[in-house]
Amino acid sequence: MDVLKYKKITYSISIAIILTGIVLFFIRGFNLGIDFTGGTIITLNLSGYTSIEEVKEITNKYDENASIIHEGENKETVIIKSNKDLSNKDINSLIDDFRNQYGLSDNSYQTEKFGPSMGSEIFKRAIISIIIALACMLIYISIRFQLNFGVAAIVTLIHDCLIMTSLYLILYIPVTSAFIAAILTILGYSINDTIVVFDRIREELHMNKKTKLNLLINNSIKMTLRRTLYTTMTTLIAVFCLYIFGVDDIKELALPLIFGMIAGTYSTLFIASPIWYKMEMKSKSN
Amino acid sequence: MKKSLIILIFIVLFIILLSFIAVFGVELGNFSINNVKDSLDLGLDLNGGIYVVLEAKTDKKGEELNKLMEQTKSIIMQRVDGLGVSEPNIVIEGNNRIRIELAGIKDPQQAIDLIGKTAQLEFLNPNKMVVLTGKNIVDAKVVYKKDQLEGDKPVVSIEMDKEGAEIFYELTKQLSALSTQIDKTVYIVLDGNVISAPTVAEPIENGKPIIDGDFTFEEANNLATLIRAGALPVPMEELQTSIIGPSLGLEAFDKSIFAAGIAMLIIFLFMVIIYRLPGIVASLGLVLYTLIVLYFMVFIHAKLTLPGIAGLVLSIGMAVDANVIIFERIKEEIKSGKTIRVAVNLGFNRALRSILDSNMTTLIAGIILYVFGIGPIKGFGVTLTIGIIASMLTAVIFTKYVLKLIVDITGNNNSWLYGVKEV
Repeated sequence: MDVLKYKKITYSISIAIILTGIVLFFIRGFNLGIDFTGGTIITLNLSGYTSIEEVKEITNKYDENASIIHEGENKETVIIKSNKDLSNKDINSLIDDFRNQYGLSDNSYQTEKFGPSMGSEIFKRAIISIIIALACMLIYISIRFQLNFGVAAIVTLIHDCLIMTSLYLILYIPVTSAFIAAILTILGYSINDTIVVFDRIREELHMNKKTKLNLLINNSIKMTLRRTLYTTMTTLIAVFCLYIFGVDDIKELALPLIFGMIAGTYSTLFIASPIWYKMEMKSKSN
Repeated sequence: MKKSLIILIFIVLFIILLSFIAVFGVELGNFSINNVKDSLDLGLDLNGGIYVVLEAKTDKKGEELNKLMEQTKSIIMQRVDGLGVSEPNIVIEGNNRIRIELAGIKDPQQAIDLIGKTAQLEFLNPNKMVVLTGKNIVDAKVVYKKDQLEGDKPVVSIEMDKEGAEIFYELTKQLSALSTQIDKTVYIVLDGNVISAPTVAEPIENGKPIIDGDFTFEEANNLATLIRAGALPVPMEELQTSIIGPSLGLEAFDKSIFAAGIAMLIIFLFMVIIYRLPGIVASLGLVLYTLIVLYFMVFIHAKLTLPGIAGLVLSIGMAVDANVIIFERIKEEIKSGKTIRVAVNLGFNRALRSILDSNMTTLIAGIILYVFGIGPIKGFGVTLTIGIIASMLTAVIFTKYVLKLIVDITGNNNSWLYGVKEV
């Protein structure tokens, strides 16, 4: 496998995805989840299946545009999402309506209310966290490796974040705080992957000083390939299990992790090393 | 050789015993250990309860704002104490927010109302002028007042400070001298609502009036709590509220545990098929790793939340990584013609730097998530950080030691057992 040979193709794929994302950002923007728009989520464990029409009959009294989702093995759980900031009084009387008409099993319900500024606060914090994390990683890698490795690793990470964000824009999946947590996780995951390859390149650089750089890169990737794939597989297994068996909140977190892991592995193989190669060649010719 | 086998059997039995204790708990006479599931502090999303985020409506900034928030926090704490919640969690978030988490509460709405009240208590004279405020009040409690007609009824007994008592005495002396009922009425107002409008029969000298409304015990108790804790120094707006029923939380917990179990089983199978003997060692290591993480969380009283479980499962997936790096290195060394004993040693040494550097960078991410994250992101950061440290330790210490024992037992041949097709 010659990763450097295909770099035009792989760069193009990444750039195409990111550009599509950017264009869509300006055309229709993000599909903002309830943490960002503000609103109310009510989850009710009804005693049996209740049709959307029946649910709507009650919810229309409070918000005609509320969206309704069924969950659970027998679809007995109803999740009501409203972009309105319903008052506590409204929420209580809505729950009472359901309790009286359909019965709540175990008296179990869950409500969540978000003010619109909550999401943007989390978002702001996340951006700050990402910048600090990137800076710390750059320093660490530059000390343990070299500056060029550090820069290449950081560019790769930014690539992963952009790909994940673009996928959310393209597939129009609601952006919630879980998405932000996922991006932060992928930062940690993808850097791990990249560093293992860089570590091999560093080692090969010491042992085979005369080998041409492009051959050396390909060798290092080849030698770590199995590890890269196995680790991605085991971690993906774990996240897939979360996605398949988990509840709604967990799914929301697992989906972007799946995207991110695939993007992270891809970038480790096809983005990180070619960028480092280019930088090395440039510093050598200077 | 025999010694290695005994040690190995001992280690395997020990891990099985620990797992058994973790799942079922032990009871030996007076000595008992709860199972991990019961000893873990569960977050609100798993245990049920409420959380509220309140934002201060004020233009104040900097040091002044900090002081205001600290005051607000301690007042809210006192109010929450009145609710009798075990281990309430009240933190200041950002500059002007307070997050309140209360587990296992029966009437969430009542709690939210109580916490968020500004609780500006005022005593008005008949001309609706403010005579006294909550500032002059030292204590408030529920007492029972004997009532000939209705039996004992709960009222709120107030104790004023010296200044308050003097002003109140002046007021009552003045009013009791008047003739008509309406002229004699004092209005007790909370947040703009008249909660009691008693008429003054005689001057009250000791500064210990009683608020007599038609209260239930709970209403009286809440009112006493509000008065005792005092008014919030700044109005608070409800920004985010979440009420989680306990059974929905438990369902999420059970499902996540199930997902984690399935994930571990598949990973074990994968490792054993690919790496054979070392794969079995890695699986044992993974069990140990999970135990370390869970017990450590019990030890530091970290709250396990839903995103926390996700972080845990993710870190299990990543814990395998260190093992994969080591085993691939060992395979390489075996293929290059080294004996198994030498290959295991070399493989570990070569892999160590790679594991260290890659995990350190991930650790940086985990710690920054914990330090700078808020709410759910923080919980995720905790388990990720603990997970990474535990996985490094088990891979570098446990796997290495056990694998060496196994080399002692199996000898230098049979590279098939180490996942290598041919030598």
